[in-house]
Amino acid sequence: MELHETCHDGIRIVTVPETRIDAAAAVRFKDAMRAVTADGPDHVVLDLSNVGFVDSSGLGAIVAAMKQMGAGRRLDLAGLTPDVAKVFRLTRMDTVFVIHDRADGAVRRDAG
Amino acid sequence: MTTEFSLNATAREMSVRALLADTRARLRAHGLAEAMCGTVEIVLAEALNNIVEHAYAGTEAGEIGLHAVLGPGTLTFTLSDQGAPLAARDLPAGCLPDLGTGGEALPEGGFGWFLIRSLTREVRYHRADGANRLSLRFDLPVPDGTGRPTAPL
Repeated sequence: MELHETCHDGIRIVTVPETRIDAAAAVRFKDAMRAVTADGPDHVVLDLSNVGFVDSSGLGAIVAAMKQMGAGRRLDLAGLTPDVAKVFRLTRMDTVFVIHDRADGAVRRDAG
Repeated sequence: MTTEFSLNATAREMSVRALLADTRARLRAHGLAEAMCGTVEIVLAEALNNIVEHAYAGTEAGEIGLHAVLGPGTLTFTLSDQGAPLAARDLPAGCLPDLGTGGEALPEGGFGWFLIRSLTREVRYHRADGANRLSLRFDLPVPDGTGRPTAPL
């Protein structure tokens, strides 16, 4: 999976261009996240605003992406669409991740 | 008024995607609210993934049948496959995995049955004649007599 990546004020924003992180995409997503977060800023924001659907495989892959970044680094989420927000709320994963309405809001708040 | 439809797919990840998209389009065409369509897609995705990953594990991908019945106040799906029976004698309870202290301890799986249980009114499983049948029932907003659901479109 190809992920788009930009840097703002020491925060790396990773955008998922695909519309689903499901069983068919979970492994490719996790591998792409490993590559894009292998070095660089300790603070990463994953912009999910293009992603309309995440199943439990995708949820597990997002958790794995956070864990593989290593201790002392941070993965926030931004731009959760309604069905994705529902999965995070039900599984209480919304209490584990810092979730921003928008990725650029995460940068402004943390850098400002 | 009751509406029914039946769809089939090969038990492969990309075919499951197409089956989910087709099902959602049909539910939307029947006037189901987007939030309800999302709830149904989450549950069906987990149940269909289980068939791909467990029922047909280690075998050639078999067929999955999906039958939907939309009646006043309820929506019921029956998923059928000819794969291995469910391992457990009873359906999984679907408890929320312990999130522990977060970080390294966070679980990366075990959420599937929790999501199915959380979002359905009733789940039933039946094994007969070499086939699995899983039925998933949802409550719907009661129609207001105009033939259209009361929930906003």
